[in-house]
Amino acid sequence: MIGLSHYLIVSAALLSLGVLGLLTRRNAVNVLMAVELILNSANINLVAFSRFGAGNLEGQVFAVFVIVVAAAEVAVALAIVLTMYRLRRTPNLDEADILKG
Amino acid sequence: MSAADFIFWVFATITVLSAAVVVLARSLIYSAFALLFTFFGVAGLYVLLGADFLAATQMLVYIGGILVLLLFGVMLTHRIYDLDLRTEKTQLAPGLIVAVGLFVIFSSVAVKTQWPTVERAPAPTTEDIGRMFLGHYLLPFEAASVLLLVALIGAAMIVRRRKDA
Repeated sequence: MIGLSHYLIVSAALLSLGVLGLLTRRNAVNVLMAVELILNSANINLVAFSRFGAGNLEGQVFAVFVIVVAAAEVAVALAIVLTMYRLRRTPNLDEADILKG
Repeated sequence: MSAADFIFWVFATITVLSAAVVVLARSLIYSAFALLFTFFGVAGLYVLLGADFLAATQMLVYIGGILVLLLFGVMLTHRIYDLDLRTEKTQLAPGLIVAVGLFVIFSSVAVKTQWPTVERAPAPTTEDIGRMFLGHYLLPFEAASVLLLVALIGAAMIVRRRKDA
C-alpha cells in the first residue's frame, strides 16, 4: 500500500538530485534546471501532505503559488543569464566574476 | 500489488531516473529533454494524489512554459556551431556527499515518523480551489499576479539593448 512516506521519499530523492546539480554544474541554464527540480520536490511534499494530512486543499493552493513564483524566477534568471552571456560570451557561472574587486 | 501502486512505482521511477539524467547528463540538450519527463512524472504523481487541477497546471505551466523558456535559454547561450553543447561538472565528490547525506536524513525522517494520516476518497478539486482563490486567498492571488507582471517587465528591462551601449 502506497502511503505518505513513499511520496516523501520520492520528493527527497528529487531534492537531493537538485542540490547535486546546483553544487556541481557549471552551466547557468543547467543550474536553473536543478532549481526547478528542488521546487518540484517541495510541491510534491505540499500536495502529499494535503492529501494524507489535514484533509483540506490548502497545500494544493500553496503549490499553485510555488508554480507562479517558479515561473517568475525562471523568466528573470534567464534574462540575467542572457545578459551575462552577452557581456562575457560564456554561460559558465564560475567565469562570471565581474563584481570581484 | 494493486494497479494504483504499480502506477505509482512507474511514475516515481520516471521522475527520479529522468531527474538523475538532468543532473548527470553530459549534454545540455539531454538535460533539457530529461526535464520534460521529470515534469511529466511529477504531474502523474499529482494525479495519483487526487490533485487534478494541479496536474493540469503542471502540464501547462512547467512543460508548456518553463521548459520552453529553458530551451530558449539553451539555444541563446551557445554559439550555433557548438553542436555537442557539452557542460562540465566541478566538485563532484563534495556535491555527492552533500546530496547523499540530505537524501539519507530526509528519507529516514519520512520513514521513521508516525504521520497522522486521514483516509479520504479523492474528489474533484478545481471548484474548491477556485473558490479559495477568489475568497479566502484573494490577497495572495492578487499579489501573485502583480509579481508575475513585475517579473515580466523586469525580464524585458534586463535583456533590452541600450541605445548608448
